[in-house]
Amino acid sequence: MALTGVEIFKLLPKTNCKKCGYPTCLAFAMKLAQGQVTIDSCPDIPEDIKQKLAETSAPPVKPIVFGVGDRAVKLGEETVLFRHEKKFVNPCVFALEIKDTLAESDIQRRIEEVLNSEIERVGQKLRIDGIALTNDSHDGGRFDAAAKIIAAKAPYVPVIFCTDNPVNAETAVKLFPDKRPIIYGANSENYESMANTAKTCKAILGVAVSSDFGRSSGGLDELATLTEKIKALGVTDIVIDSGAKKAKDILRDNTFIRRAAVKKNFKPLGYPVITFAQREDSLIEALITALGVAKYSSIIVLSSIEKWKNLALFTLRQNLYTDPQVPMQVKQNIYKIGEPTSDSPLFITTNFSLTYFIVSGEIENSKVPSYIAVMDCEGLSVLTAWAAGKFTAAKIAHFIKESGIENEVKHREIIIPGYVAILSGAIEEKLEGWKVTVGPREANGIPAFLRSRAA
Amino acid sequence: MAFTPSKETYTGKVNSVTIGIDESTVTFGGEHVLPFHTFEGVVPHRPVIAYEIQDVPPDDWPENVQKPFETVSHDPVTWAKFCQDVLKAKIIALRLKGTHPDSKNRLPEDAAKTVKEVLSAINVPVIILGSNHTEKDASVLVAAAEAAKNKNCIIGKAQEANYKTIAAAAMANNHKLIAMSELDVNLCKQLNILITQLGFDREKLIIDPMCSALGYGLEYTYSVMERIRFAALMQNDLSMQAPMVGDIGLYVWKVKETQASETDIPQWGSIEERGITWEAVTAIALLFAGAELLIMRHPRAVDAVEKVIDEFVEG
Repeated sequence: MALTGVEIFKLLPKTNCKKCGYPTCLAFAMKLAQGQVTIDSCPDIPEDIKQKLAETSAPPVKPIVFGVGDRAVKLGEETVLFRHEKKFVNPCVFALEIKDTLAESDIQRRIEEVLNSEIERVGQKLRIDGIALTNDSHDGGRFDAAAKIIAAKAPYVPVIFCTDNPVNAETAVKLFPDKRPIIYGANSENYESMANTAKTCKAILGVAVSSDFGRSSGGLDELATLTEKIKALGVTDIVIDSGAKKAKDILRDNTFIRRAAVKKNFKPLGYPVITFAQREDSLIEALITALGVAKYSSIIVLSSIEKWKNLALFTLRQNLYTDPQVPMQVKQNIYKIGEPTSDSPLFITTNFSLTYFIVSGEIENSKVPSYIAVMDCEGLSVLTAWAAGKFTAAKIAHFIKESGIENEVKHREIIIPGYVAILSGAIEEKLEGWKVTVGPREANGIPAFLRSRAA
Repeated sequence: MAFTPSKETYTGKVNSVTIGIDESTVTFGGEHVLPFHTFEGVVPHRPVIAYEIQDVPPDDWPENVQKPFETVSHDPVTWAKFCQDVLKAKIIALRLKGTHPDSKNRLPEDAAKTVKEVLSAINVPVIILGSNHTEKDASVLVAAAEAAKNKNCIIGKAQEANYKTIAAAAMANNHKLIAMSELDVNLCKQLNILITQLGFDREKLIIDPMCSALGYGLEYTYSVMERIRFAALMQNDLSMQAPMVGDIGLYVWKVKETQASETDIPQWGSIEERGITWEAVTAIALLFAGAELLIMRHPRAVDAVEKVIDEFVEG
């Protein structure tokens, strides 16, 4: 477990020299315990104690940056088992498997799929983050040739080199100098030379134990032993694979690993987990990937990335990795549903993303092109925003005037949510020339509401 | 360094609920551990999936989920038999959609007739759902519960505004009951307590914490379900130990991602695969969060989810 402020204080010089920026060593110790400062701010602490403190204050799952530049992704850093306790930190990474046995044109095509996978959703750009090149041929030449294609075509995409042959790994990784790739395939036989390669190439090392279906959790013991041996060789940027492939085994191993890291601060398993989710059936693969997203995988390797599958998986990842304490928000704007004209209805609501989604979905279902004025209320829903004084007549009037909607529509009618019917008089007073219509209380009443207007 | 996995100790368990009669009963719930945590405790029953049908043709469903039922969905009896005999449905969920004032505004006695016809045509257990119009449901579900007397069905959904009449009808006619609250652990607990205070057996309750589709609030349902399971298993909260239902199809098949054509949004890919995947991913996520009973529509989504459940429970 992480040390408390008092425990840390005992290890500090207790000189109250203030060089760290805090009045006393105790104050500094408290900040350290809360993770708000790093031990580096204390110039007088001996190196061995510094290391001890750094180790105990480190997040239970080691933070690792995979790749470099704009496409680099962060792994690990997780602190909980359940998202209602605290936000899941670094969204798991999706990587497409490319076998080195494929023809060059197929390799090219798959790289292109990765490069073109980006989709925007609720203001976030989501994509397949990486490529996993597998050494299915067991041949060094083919592996190298495939790596060269990737290096030329997608030099900035984070890559995992999957091979248990240290020589093949080294040749391929050298094509990606300083790009922070992963070499996946260290096991109990080859770990010394694999660790060496990872060290010289500054790569992250993927450690795996046997992958038999239906094995008991003995594999985790072996895995923990291996990561300790590798750490002793000087490699600490590690991702781990228990070898689990079946849903039941993935859930069990990932749960035991995350629990060991978070609850026991068990360092030998405090590394990001890589899961190989490839299946013949793409839909089943999507569901196994969903398991990895929900249950603690940091990297998931896929065998195919159809657009429909990506959209579902990106959305799930986005949903589960949102901060449960901060409501998702939509940008303040006038949104068009369908192709509205200057006579189309105008709705107003708040910018809580769920509110927006449900309202826009119901308007869409009703097939009546409309405008939705979405007002920034710090992501609160209608009633909450009204109660908090963020969805008031004055603010609504101001927003409508500033929004420019008066140039878009000929009419001067605004439909407000039924829950804030009480605002209608005040809005009409503040928004001169406008008529307020009270809409349904719940969004699911919108289709009937729009139908009855048309009638 | 030797590694000993730390196993969780649980103080409570989820109630097991059996529905249906004679040889064709189905049991779900009953686990002593978090979902699929067979490595540290007893999971006596697998989660079950019910096929959703309705009393009126599914004109409001997107084309791709109408298609598998196009030759049978004109009539609830034919539709129910198709699900039981061809799709091997374990449970049928009959939604009395036609009773909604915005639909056909059918009378409670029409609904009762449909319920009787469907029940006499099939053997598998039935979930009888209203149209989610709290006022209308109060009369429709009372008539439906009487029509299904002693068939040990699930009646749903009782909500804060109408639970008294619906719970009384379920109790009088020997049915199980879905209690639905709106995405809030405390409201869920409160409704369960109110219903049991009427004398309704808490072991006959099923919780619906309110479903949401992937991308449309799924994370809320997910976390509320996880928290309800925590209360049941870790805190042994008796009022939270009912199994949970995810009414998946209803929520999934109205979102944009299951409806927008590939021509309109090419970057989203095949509309058919997308819709099926949307339903299957929503369903599996809620199983991970703690649902034991799912109500779904597309046969391919159901099959995929069943296959993954197999992987959790076999071997």
